[in-house]
Amino acid sequence: MLRGYAAFVYLFLYAPIALIVLFSFNSGNNASDFQGFAFSWYVKAANNKLMLGALKNSLVVAATSATLATVMGTMAALALQGVRGPLRTIFDGLTYVAIMVPGIVIGIATLIALVTTFDAANALIAGIWPGEAPPKLGLGYGSIIAAHTLFAMALVIVIVRARIAGMDRSLIEASADLYADPVATFRQVTLPQLMPGIVAGFLLSFTFSFDDFVIAFFVAGSQQTLPIYVFSSIRRGVTPEINAIGTAVMLFSLTALITAQVLLRRGRKPAG
Amino acid sequence: MAAAAAETGSFDVEFRSVARYFGEVRAVDDVSFALKRGSFHSFLGPSGCGKTTSLRLIAGFEQPSAGSIEIAGQSVVGVPAYRRPVNMVFQHYALFPHMDVAANVGYGLRQRVPGRPRLAQGEIDRRVAEALELVRLPQLARRRIWELSGGQQQRVALARALVNRPTVLLLDEPLAALDRKLRREMQIELQNLQREVGITFVLVTHDQEEALSMSDTIGIMKDGKVVQLGSPEELYDAPVNRYVADFVGESNFFAGQVAGSDNTGGTLVTASGLTLKAPFSRLGARLKTGDRAVIALRPEAIGLWRPTSPPAGLDVARPARLTNRIYLGDHSEFQVEAEGLGPVLVRLPKSATHAQGLEPGDQVLLGWQHERALMLAES
Repeated sequence: MLRGYAAFVYLFLYAPIALIVLFSFNSGNNASDFQGFAFSWYVKAANNKLMLGALKNSLVVAATSATLATVMGTMAALALQGVRGPLRTIFDGLTYVAIMVPGIVIGIATLIALVTTFDAANALIAGIWPGEAPPKLGLGYGSIIAAHTLFAMALVIVIVRARIAGMDRSLIEASADLYADPVATFRQVTLPQLMPGIVAGFLLSFTFSFDDFVIAFFVAGSQQTLPIYVFSSIRRGVTPEINAIGTAVMLFSLTALITAQVLLRRGRKPAG
Repeated sequence: MAAAAAETGSFDVEFRSVARYFGEVRAVDDVSFALKRGSFHSFLGPSGCGKTTSLRLIAGFEQPSAGSIEIAGQSVVGVPAYRRPVNMVFQHYALFPHMDVAANVGYGLRQRVPGRPRLAQGEIDRRVAEALELVRLPQLARRRIWELSGGQQQRVALARALVNRPTVLLLDEPLAALDRKLRREMQIELQNLQREVGITFVLVTHDQEEALSMSDTIGIMKDGKVVQLGSPEELYDAPVNRYVADFVGESNFFAGQVAGSDNTGGTLVTASGLTLKAPFSRLGARLKTGDRAVIALRPEAIGLWRPTSPPAGLDVARPARLTNRIYLGDHSEFQVEAEGLGPVLVRLPKSATHAQGLEPGDQVLLGWQHERALMLAES
């Protein structure tokens, strides 16, 4: 009985996704009537200039925000090592809150914060700018990257912290005992030990940013990322082309997620 | 520097009134000692006695709260671990899991050390191979750490430390994680290795057998202090007090009050009213009348006989009842309940014909000679 129930749960979960994948290979141009197997929609999607522009934007935003989040998050996780007592509890709490807050709240909050800051900054710049047309700060690439970095950084902190906690402290002492100064120890022991966590953090940040619609939708301004493009296309009706794009994105994200999981699991494997 | 080295030339590690406090806890409390160059030293004591902290003070993982530490005649107070000419074998080996065996062993040689010329790769490879040869693992250079057994990891940790030719090699309970048979093997091997390389070894352990079998000198520690430092023979034959006699080997103790004493020994009256005589320990305190003290007797210093056939010349002879007998191959241990003395442990060799055939419940006679006993301070 339970087994049948479980089967149903998975059917409900994956049937829509399976349908999307199936219809991306539809030779006809109807999203609900399968007429034959073809790659034509993939070819069409690959030649869609608008889609390619949005894809490029998404890749740039994801790569930049994931890199920033990984560097800053790892540094924060290392710095938090030295923090003890109530201060540490507060930082830990804030990190988890940042992950749990719904995307829509982050989106609105970031939008309001950015717009308010830009207004104030633009007024200030206009006041001191010597030329005719002062540069104006506005929503766009920068604001999506900033918002994604913020969220992904919390993700990286949590992952790298777990890795640090699982690390054998005596390795650091062994390195010092073998004449390596603190910088050399960090480079030769700490960093390699944390690397699986850091890379996993990067991959998760990347997929999060690449897949994110809600936050990007609020702060993107006139820029389009791939999820925003897909969303706006759907308003003109679902074509197998959207299915093809969705399938490709899914495959890409899945690969990154599985890689991250493999790395995290390998990180947990005891050394002895 | 040459003069200083000549002055203290025979010692590799010197503690002068060293203390290390962790908040209220005095992990190491006003400890002074000097360890002779080129020999095997052990610190022995129960957990929390300060032996590991002492080792970490030598390694440089801890800095003393007070006092001074010298390694090879040079003060190392304030010198970080990575600038000290000592290497450590960690309790759980602390091998780097992201490197293979050869990379682990060569780690210390690859570091930049001020005043040491950078070693060429060929030289590093040669010394790593040499070190692996020394610990008899030459064929495992390219293995990953997790592919090794516990005993092999132990040897790699040894090679990784010894390859640097340190002034002092520190060993933090290195055999604790090994099974009994392997531990015996490694004890012998460590001892041979120490003689071969001639480096000063400092071992920390809670296992008295381990310390006794390997060391030239042993420091018995308790509550952050060194109670006695000496050769295994000294500790066994001339303990300074009951604690040392109890920790090194086994002893029967009969507590009481000193009723009279001279320079060589004294008389003690037990709570049950028995009067026992014994010489003082050669290195122990000269106790005075009225002091609390114990008479210590090794299990092999006491004899057992059938009550019908007592030998001549016993100083003390007490009737007793045999409660248990443990057969241990070449010797047997007897637990007896003696009148006025309580439970007593007696160890007799197989050749002791007069004790053959004794069964639990038998009435026996237990006795010894005064000079086989020691009168010791309680602490």
